[in-house]
Amino acid sequence: MYGGTRAKRAGFAAIGLAATFALALTGCSPTSDKAAEPAAKGGGSLVVGVTSDPDTLFPWKATQFQAVNVLQNLYGTLTEFDEDLKVVPGLAESWEVSEDGLTVTLNLRKDVTFADGSTFGSEDVKSSLEKIKDPATAAVSASSLASVASVEAPDEATVVLTLTAPDAALLANLAVVNMAMLSSDDTEEALNKTPNGTGPFVLGERVASQSITLDKNDDYWGDTALLDSVEFRVIPDESSIVSAMQSGNVQMAVFDDPLVADTAKSNQLTVTETPQLSYHALQLNATKGALTDVNVRLAMQCAIDRQQVLDTAALGEGEVTGPITSPAYRSDPDARPCPERDLDKAAEYLDKAGMAGGVTVKAIVSQGEYATSTNEAQNLKAQLAEADITLEIEVLESGAYVDRWVAADFEAAIALNGGRPDPDGMYGRYFTSTGNLNKVAGYSSPELDALFAEGRQTSDPDARAEIYEKVSSELEDNAAWIWLFTSYTYTVTAANVDGFVPMVNGSLQYLRTTSLN
Amino acid sequence: MLLTITRHPVLTRILGAAATLLGVAIFVFIMLRAIPGDQITAGLGTEAAALTPDQRAALEAYYGLDQPLLVQFFTWLGNIFTGNLGFSSRAQESVLDLTLQSLPVTLELALFSIVLALLIGIPLGMMSASKPDSPRDAVGQVVGLAGLSVPAFLLATALLAILASSFGFNPNGQAFARLFENPALNLQQMLLPAIVLGFGIAAPIMRTTRTAVLEIRSNDFIRTARAKGIPPRRLQVKHVLGNALVPIVTMTGLQFGYLLGGAVVVEQIFSLPGIGRQVLLGIQQKEYALVQSTVLVIALSFVLVNLFTDLLYRIIDPRVRAA
Repeated sequence: MYGGTRAKRAGFAAIGLAATFALALTGCSPTSDKAAEPAAKGGGSLVVGVTSDPDTLFPWKATQFQAVNVLQNLYGTLTEFDEDLKVVPGLAESWEVSEDGLTVTLNLRKDVTFADGSTFGSEDVKSSLEKIKDPATAAVSASSLASVASVEAPDEATVVLTLTAPDAALLANLAVVNMAMLSSDDTEEALNKTPNGTGPFVLGERVASQSITLDKNDDYWGDTALLDSVEFRVIPDESSIVSAMQSGNVQMAVFDDPLVADTAKSNQLTVTETPQLSYHALQLNATKGALTDVNVRLAMQCAIDRQQVLDTAALGEGEVTGPITSPAYRSDPDARPCPERDLDKAAEYLDKAGMAGGVTVKAIVSQGEYATSTNEAQNLKAQLAEADITLEIEVLESGAYVDRWVAADFEAAIALNGGRPDPDGMYGRYFTSTGNLNKVAGYSSPELDALFAEGRQTSDPDARAEIYEKVSSELEDNAAWIWLFTSYTYTVTAANVDGFVPMVNGSLQYLRTTSLN
Repeated sequence: MLLTITRHPVLTRILGAAATLLGVAIFVFIMLRAIPGDQITAGLGTEAAALTPDQRAALEAYYGLDQPLLVQFFTWLGNIFTGNLGFSSRAQESVLDLTLQSLPVTLELALFSIVLALLIGIPLGMMSASKPDSPRDAVGQVVGLAGLSVPAFLLATALLAILASSFGFNPNGQAFARLFENPALNLQQMLLPAIVLGFGIAAPIMRTTRTAVLEIRSNDFIRTARAKGIPPRRLQVKHVLGNALVPIVTMTGLQFGYLLGGAVVVEQIFSLPGIGRQVLLGIQQKEYALVQSTVLVIALSFVLVNLFTDLLYRIIDPRVRAA
């Protein structure tokens, strides 16, 4: 068949053409990134690989991890956290709390300017705090100011907060970017386009869904950032970020998934593990079904080996935990009725509940929200089955999961919840009967209400630590939820990145001390 | 007179297209609201549980979710006719501007992929057909089968990982370059995704070509032509391939239409800001207007490609022209 040879030749010609096309392109030396060029110490542009760009630039409404990380570098707060999560001065240089704990006087830093050049002063603090409290703003941190009755600005550099009751958690609550201080002239519309903060960086350029670049703020009140600029480059696929780091296009990235972090380990890249405040838990709704009986909840606690969940679902990458994950207040993970798995004790509890024959609990789990969710569910199901507890798992798409979670429409939920440095901020909203997440927590008690109130009124750190130890026991003894483990984040940096400090709250605030050499 | 106008083939096609687009609009509008969650929970996640009723009402008003569904639908549709496709609060840009940036990226990628697919698929199909059930046919079939069965995400990730770690070649790790701003980098960034997509699409084109060529070759007119002493190359190209073109063009048009919908997976892996990613982000954020308008643009492109394919039939096949 002579025709065949013709076709074949044409085929080769086509493949040859394609190959030439490919070679011609690869032959062009890849235009090197500005960032990849070695820069003198103090200077240069760092490229951070991220999977998505911020969903909002308005700090009072930002909850998405990526948005928070960007905004934290653009805006200033009255107080800040240091690397050990201790509250340190921010825009407020110092503060005094009155004897009765009902008046907090903040002394503001002078000579602070916003990115647009206007001066920061007490009027901006007053207007910011009042707007955050206003329901019409729909600020996510509004409830953190519940104890604040009024805000006065007697002079340019002083703000006086009058409280309805002492609130020891207030100063820590002021340190989050959702409490950012905005200029009293700014509006949400304007800030969504052009951020105007007092942070160490200012917005350079934004290309929606591709990149957001921050330039250093030369007028920053603290030490000026060492980098000239930081580009958050959107590379939606995590393994593509690793590839971009290997080819030197990206110098830094933060991952949650241990498998992805593992692929990044190499000579040129350093992987740093940081324990997180966020925690994996089996949330129990004590107002629903069999879970109203404390003995059923305790039986579940006794039937679960937390280390096994961690090992099978998350490759053992993490630590078994009790309720409070903040280093200063961390719960002893063994302080609970069943520190180790104990099937006999589980059977006893079930017997006490009058359910020796077994019990069924329905649990919701989100697919795709985080890497380990369904594996955790499978392992919990298998472990509980050995104690005659049937965990019926309902796997939901993440939007559907959030809907059910928000409506507290579940008996149990496999959850990864965010943590906070202060235990009152972390659990007060869940486990006090008036907390705005109490419906979702599904548990409260007069004892917990009293303990949280006491904690808020106590400013002595040691005395507070004791109170939250009691809170922790109260939660574990009643198996309000079953706390499982905390995991790590993995900060991957190129060899030339220096001075970055990863934090347990996931914050990237130390980009300001980072340099490239 | 009126009847003849309404029955004119061009007019009926246009009316059909309009009906299709309206159907798509209604379908997408309903689907988006049927899936759980809204822009509030998409933005806040589980934090939405902490909203007070007052706060929630303020947010619903902000996003326009407090309006009745019919009002939402007709406001959006009415705006479309004035050229206002909506506004994305995430990107802080109008949907029209976003689409004008993302559509050319997808169009470029689709064109490159199709060209690559044709360059691989047609010769391979002709090679296979030249001697059915021979080793060369087997080679063609195996390549075709591989194109069909190797998933794009696997090929894409493997290509990217190997080239980046072994050769440090990763143009897609750099900020995306637009074709007219930095053509050299842009073409490099399009290369790998076009190869991945082109390889996948080459398979159906190869199989269509093979079948069509085999069928044409068994026709009497080919035997006649050969008997007349037409040179083999001319016979293969003009008589066989020329007559086999109709199914190949159909298949190509179909594949091109799909590509215009955005190759989401490939766009994700290679960080290309195409229209597929625009829709995906919109769905994730529950930005209703963004998704509705973008899907409508995609549907419109699909309709236009179909129309264009029909026109091509008229050019390549005189019988259609005559009919």
